[in-house]
Amino acid sequence: MLKILKYSFYDLMRSRWSYVYFLFYLILGFVLLFLNNDVDKAVITLMNIIIVLTPLIGTIFGVMYYYDSKEFTELLLAQPINRKKIFMGQYLGISISLTLSLLLGLGIPFVLYGLFKSAAIFNFSLLLVVGSFLNFIFVALSYNIALSTENKIKGFGYAILMWLFLAVIYDGIFLISLVLLNEYPLDKFSLVATMFNPIDLSRILILLKLDISALLGYTGAVFRKFFGTNFGMLISMGVLVLWVILPVFRMNLKLRKKDF
Amino acid sequence: MIEFKNLHKQFGKLVVLDGLDLEISKGGIFAILGPNGSGKTTLIKCLLGMVIPNKGEIIFDKKSVLRQWEYRNNLNYLPQIANFPPNLTVIELINMVKNLRPKGANDEELIELFGLKNFLDKKLGNLSGGTKQKVNVVLTFMFDSELIILDEPTNGLDPIALIHLKEIIQKEKDKGKTILITTHIMSFVDEVADEIVFLLDGKIYFKGTIDTLKKQTNNDNLEHAIANLIAKQDA
Repeated sequence: MLKILKYSFYDLMRSRWSYVYFLFYLILGFVLLFLNNDVDKAVITLMNIIIVLTPLIGTIFGVMYYYDSKEFTELLLAQPINRKKIFMGQYLGISISLTLSLLLGLGIPFVLYGLFKSAAIFNFSLLLVVGSFLNFIFVALSYNIALSTENKIKGFGYAILMWLFLAVIYDGIFLISLVLLNEYPLDKFSLVATMFNPIDLSRILILLKLDISALLGYTGAVFRKFFGTNFGMLISMGVLVLWVILPVFRMNLKLRKKDF
Repeated sequence: MIEFKNLHKQFGKLVVLDGLDLEISKGGIFAILGPNGSGKTTLIKCLLGMVIPNKGEIIFDKKSVLRQWEYRNNLNYLPQIANFPPNLTVIELINMVKNLRPKGANDEELIELFGLKNFLDKKLGNLSGGTKQKVNVVLTFMFDSELIILDEPTNGLDPIALIHLKEIIQKEKDKGKTILITTHIMSFVDEVADEIVFLLDGKIYFKGTIDTLKKQTNNDNLEHAIANLIAKQDA
């Protein structure tokens, strides 16, 4: 598996898009820091971008890589390697190379800015951890879609729809349901609903760490009570881990019966 | 050496293999023929473990191959479409495949034979279809395995490369290897194959030597003999 991972990783690291992605974060980091001059604000702006962009890029890279390397995967399948290892290797290769683009792209400007002397280092690290999680989650989800969809165009369509649903539509439905049901106590409901969407979960995790949860009103207080504690933090991290494990598990299940 | 027992495979409603039984003995060149969509590639992919049959059993070297993968160390496969990761160079790909198999390889000799020396540092994405197919052939033949499976090996090869390919196939046969070939080019079959396996409607319709087929259909030309075989079925 490590061999496949290594080659997928090299292959991606040499593709132009990894650099475009890396440069994008690099420029973004520099611009935000040196125009804003306030690390806390920069972290919030970054959060808004990362929360939407990393899932999108992860989704697109995942489906693209799967369909692009289809014939090559067939060549690998004819080699004496377990098929699970081939796909796990590819999956990790994509996820790690995307995560590296994120970590280096944002890390370099922040280190140069003097992050280590600033108190924002914890918030910033949390941002990077959450961004990395989102990479792993959305590459896994998109690989699931690609594995289940023979047609490339359809696969792309479903993957983008999934992203759109989790990044935008889910929030819409969530908000509407809050308005419609506002006569009932909704704190538990919103807490649970947040868990079912990795993007929302990441957003709230960061917002609460940033100490601006006072803006969130009563529900905010409930959230704060839950996420603000170490226990809540642990649970949410656990849920993020589950969001990685479950799609990977389904991928392996699908592979047992898949024809190539 | 290989045994297919009561093999069934369907994709959705389309039945591709319908209770196929086939035994292939060790040594010799077997051409797997049949009209488009008769299940040739599916049969091969079942043997490779890429397609999972609905029912039936496949035995290779006295062991079942279903859900196994170690046995693939003893077979080489040339896929129909040669498409490689565009960012890797030829030599990197060759080294990678070598790296994946715990076996010695004679890649240098083959690279020389197919004139790929000047292409070794080129990226695979920049190669022409024929050159890619040559790389494909090198990857297939560089290992010493008991079984060699070739799916449309002549695709896109120039005449010189084709001659080299035939020579290699002959050489491997002389070493006592078993070689399975699918192709639509009958002159190629006539030239290299010892035995023909003819698939129709997901079953073996004919299995035997080329001469038997010619005698049976009363036809001296292999192409016509095959056409005759299909026509008889329709009648």
